[in-house]
Amino acid sequence: MNRPPSMIRRIIGYVFAVVFIIAGWWITALLVNSPALPTPAATVGVLAQNAPTLVPYFWTSAYRVIVSLVIGTALAVPIAHIFARSRTLDALFAPVLYLLYPIPKVVLLPILLVLLGLADAPKIALISLTVFFQVLVAVRDSVKIVPESAVLSIRSLGGSRWDEYLHVVIPATMPAVFTSLRIGVGTAIAVLFIAEAMAGSTGLGYFIMQSWSMVNYPRMFAGIIALALLGVVLYAIFDVIERRLTRWRS
Amino acid sequence: MDERNINDILFEDVNLTYDGDDGSLVAVHDLSFEVAAGESVAFIGPSGCGKSTTLHMVAGLLKPSEGRVLVGGAPVDQPRRGTAFIPQDLGLFPWKTVLQNAALGLTIRRVSESEARTRAIEALEKVGLAGFERAYPKELSGGMRQRLALARALAMDADILLMDEPLSAIDALLRESLQDTLLDLWLERRHTQMLVTHSIGEAVYLGRRILVFSERPGTVIAVIDNPDVGMAGYRASAEFSAKCQEVRIALANGSPIEVLDGDAGDEGAEVVR
Repeated sequence: MNRPPSMIRRIIGYVFAVVFIIAGWWITALLVNSPALPTPAATVGVLAQNAPTLVPYFWTSAYRVIVSLVIGTALAVPIAHIFARSRTLDALFAPVLYLLYPIPKVVLLPILLVLLGLADAPKIALISLTVFFQVLVAVRDSVKIVPESAVLSIRSLGGSRWDEYLHVVIPATMPAVFTSLRIGVGTAIAVLFIAEAMAGSTGLGYFIMQSWSMVNYPRMFAGIIALALLGVVLYAIFDVIERRLTRWRS
Repeated sequence: MDERNINDILFEDVNLTYDGDDGSLVAVHDLSFEVAAGESVAFIGPSGCGKSTTLHMVAGLLKPSEGRVLVGGAPVDQPRRGTAFIPQDLGLFPWKTVLQNAALGLTIRRVSESEARTRAIEALEKVGLAGFERAYPKELSGGMRQRLALARALAMDADILLMDEPLSAIDALLRESLQDTLLDLWLERRHTQMLVTHSIGEAVYLGRRILVFSERPGTVIAVIDNPDVGMAGYRASAEFSAKCQEVRIALANGSPIEVLDGDAGDEGAEVVR
C-alpha cells in the first residue's frame, strides 16, 4: 500500500550513494594525482578501450567464483542439516568446526597449487572451501532456531519427514544460506584475486597484476573495475533473492 | 470392540513417563476418561499437570507409556486425518501467507491446489479474516493470528479440535470475543472439542464438561457437568458464577494450590501454584 513512497525513497538512496561514491573517487583521484588512480571520467574511456581484451578474463573469473559458490553451498547445506539434527555428530564436530572456521583458507593456496596444478581446479577448490565454511556455520545456526511449534504443527497434520523439510526446515533456513552467500561474496572475490594473481595466466587477478608489471595503469584500473563489478553484481543478486525469501520478516 | 462413533475419545488407565537425562518424570498417572462425539470438554489444572501431554496423546504426537488412547475405537498410532491440533503458540508458519497457512493441512494431505484454496478462503471468511489472504502472520494482531489457527482447523473440516491454551496470550476483552467465536463454531459444527486452559472462566464458558486435573503426575480429580454452555447470556448469569465457584473449589481441594481471589465469575481468574 505504501510501496510507491518507499520505492522512491530507495531509488533516491541509491542515486545519492552513487553520487557520493563517484564524488569521493573523483576528489581522491585529483588529490592523489597518479596514473594508478584515474578519475571516473578517464575510467570510462579506459574501460571502453580495454573491454575487448578484458571480457574473456572477466568470464574466466566469473565462472570460477560462481562454480565455487555453487559447490561450497551444495556441500555445506546438507552437512549443516545433518549436524543440526544429530546431537552426537554435532557434539563431535562442533569443536572441529570451531577450530577450522577462523583459519584463513587462503593460506592453503600453495598446497592446492602443488596438488591441483595451475588451472581452474586449485582456485575453485580454495574459494569453495571458503564459501563452504561460511555457509555451514550460518545454516547450522539457523537450523537450531527452527520453531519447534511449526514442526509440531506439521506432525499433527500428519506430515511426513519430507513435509517437515519442505514446509519448515527449508523455508526457515534458506534466508541464512543467501545471507551467508551475500556476505561471503566479498571474501570469495578477494580469495579469487589472490589465487589468480599468484598462479596461472588467466582471470582478472592475473590481468590486473600483469598490467601492473607492464606499468600499464589504465589497463590495470580497468581490470580492478571489472573485478569490483563482478562483486557488486553477485552481491546484488544474493541480496534480491534474500529479500524475496525474507519478505515475511519485514 | 463395541461400535463407537469415529470421533469418540477414550483414555484407559493411561500413564506417561518422560525419560529425561536426569531420571524419569511421570507426567500423567492412571488417566481414564471419555469424551463423547460432539462433546466439548475443558481441561483445567495447575501448570505442569500433564494437560498438554494429554492433548498431545490425542493428537498422536505422543504415545502413552502404559494404557491406551483410543479415538473412534482405534488406538492412536499416528496423527489422525480428522483431528486438528492448535498448539499453545498456534504453530503458524511465519514464512507462509495467511492463505497458505490456512490451507496447510490440505496441502499436506495432497488436496488439489484449487480445492485447498477454495476451502481455505471459506474458512478465513468464517473467522473474519477475509481480505487478509496475502498478509503474513507477523502483520496480524494476536487475535487475528488466533483466528488464523482456527481457520486452518476449519479448512481441514476437522471432527476433533484440540486446543492447548489457545487464548492465553490474548488480552481479556478480545479473549471474550474469541471465546464467543469458538463457542459459535462448536454450536454450529458440533465437533468433538478438547480445550486445555488456565482460566476458570474460559473452562466454564466453553466446556460442556470440565475435567479438573491434579498436580503432577496429572490425573482427573473432578468431573463437573456444565450443561448450560451455549445458553444466551451465560457469561453474565448466576449459574455461570456458581459453576466457576464449583470449579474453583474442586481445584483447591485437589491439590495444595492457591487460587487468585476475585468474584466468582471473574473471567481473568487463573490458577497459580
